[in-house]
Amino acid sequence: MSCFQTIQDYGLRSIGYGERLLPKSDFTLCEQFTLIGSGMIWNIYFGVLALLFGFFFATALAVAKSSSSRLFRKPAEWFIFLFRGSPLFIQFFFAYFLFLNLKGVHPFFGPFTAAWLGALITLFLNTSAYTAEIFYGALRSIPKGDTEAADAYGMSGWPRFKRIIWPTMLRLAWPAYTNEAIFLFHATTLVYFSGFPAWRQKGDALYYASYFADKTFNPFVPYPILAFYFIIVTLVIVGVFGLINKRLNSHLPSARRAKLRIRPNLIR
Amino acid sequence: MFSYCADPDTLGTFRWFSCYLTNGVHMSFYMSFLKVLALLAVTAPVALGFGFAGAMAARARFAPISWLGKGYIAIVRGVPDIAFFLFFVIALDQAFEWTRHKVLCPEWTDPIRQGNDFLVCSAAKLPLGTSPEWVHETYGFSLAVITFAIVFGAFAANVLFGAMRAVPHAQLETAEAYGMSHRQTFWRILVPQMWVFALPGLSNLWMVLIKATPLLFLLGVEDIVYWARELGGTKTSKFTSYPHGDWRMWYFLFLLVFYLAFTRVSEIFLERIMTKLTYGQATSGGEAQRKGAPA
Repeated sequence: MSCFQTIQDYGLRSIGYGERLLPKSDFTLCEQFTLIGSGMIWNIYFGVLALLFGFFFATALAVAKSSSSRLFRKPAEWFIFLFRGSPLFIQFFFAYFLFLNLKGVHPFFGPFTAAWLGALITLFLNTSAYTAEIFYGALRSIPKGDTEAADAYGMSGWPRFKRIIWPTMLRLAWPAYTNEAIFLFHATTLVYFSGFPAWRQKGDALYYASYFADKTFNPFVPYPILAFYFIIVTLVIVGVFGLINKRLNSHLPSARRAKLRIRPNLIR
Repeated sequence: MFSYCADPDTLGTFRWFSCYLTNGVHMSFYMSFLKVLALLAVTAPVALGFGFAGAMAARARFAPISWLGKGYIAIVRGVPDIAFFLFFVIALDQAFEWTRHKVLCPEWTDPIRQGNDFLVCSAAKLPLGTSPEWVHETYGFSLAVITFAIVFGAFAANVLFGAMRAVPHAQLETAEAYGMSHRQTFWRILVPQMWVFALPGLSNLWMVLIKATPLLFLLGVEDIVYWARELGGTKTSKFTSYPHGDWRMWYFLFLLVFYLAFTRVSEIFLERIMTKLTYGQATSGGEAQRKGAPA
């Protein structure tokens, strides 16, 4: 079987198109590359969507945490503590069994027990908490002169936030936020190892990599392939976030621009 | 555990739970918490050792060693850690067996990798097929410890590497002016001074290490996640005298609370150490303490 044929059969296997049965024996390098790459679709799906939704929720949380009213501050503080203080792995397990119980109460919660929704929600909440802490730190270090200038121009409320505080917050938080994004993509590999079932063997990249490692009892091929894919994803994130960083800092003299310092990968 | 536990069906709610939560399997569950603590207690120093070696290698003057150190830091940090956990457990096992095979059975001529099998002679098997259960468990646990140490060693190496560079350069120049050799400068000047700079990074790493302990489950150790899944699952009266529905959610809620409490306690504790260490230091933290102190 040619490699092109393999890509046709297994390229979209992780989302249910193509060949139904996974290869059983005599694995070629091409098959491993194709299937693990196909699993990356899920990693990218979880990562991109959680990051996108998490960004807005995190902004709200950060503003709430820096609010002077206890009514807003306390819930935000507790939310952030809850999700940053416990392992994501346990959060996945808990969320899965919680949704399973809720499903028993009402069939509406059926889709929540599937990874595409349930795990996405967990990841979304988790990354919101981590990002909110980063944004909160940035909010606290906004130069006093910026807000004073906004006051001097007679800005207040929404325009002040939208035109002065928010852009500055993003600018200050961006290097740390880039790390959080890389870190989130790595965390997506936990999904199929934590309760959420891979229905009809539709799993993510690590799911297929460990499938091959189990079948061949040889970890030296599939895991390096997985590493290769993740290094590419990491480089793409660094590139994209670097462009945004450039735009956020474009008004500053070049010596004062924040350099992106990439320090990825901590377990949550 | 208690004398009234002989017939659980007749008990009231409170007494039923007091029996249920103290039965044999729950004792194993509680023991697995000790396993987690043991893992932390063993891994933290070993990982620190790996980290120190890695950081030393990374700043070596001999280029290949420096590449080795930097490569170790970069690779482990650039790839999802869980992939490393899954990889190292098999890879280490095979590396040990392969070495023993070469030493113990030199007359063996068949290839070790036959298709999808990894075959070594029976004398090289780890642990030996005849050894008792606890040897198997200890072997699995030590593989897990080594894996954790390798992965967290890379993180620690990065922190220590940064801390070594944070030591003011004038200090090293002064040491040179006193005629100290490179080695003496490293051990007498650099290493004693770097810990203050390393502490924030290391305490962050400790928090991360705590949160990584549930991954033990993926390494095949019967840890708290394993027991929570086992005990929480639906039990019918056929197999146990304490039948119940699907309680896994509550077990994991308990684990969640356990980890929250653990990280909170560590946070408070590390805060205290930091306050102690910054006392009297010429840093902004030390300055703040000086100003806050009553005159």
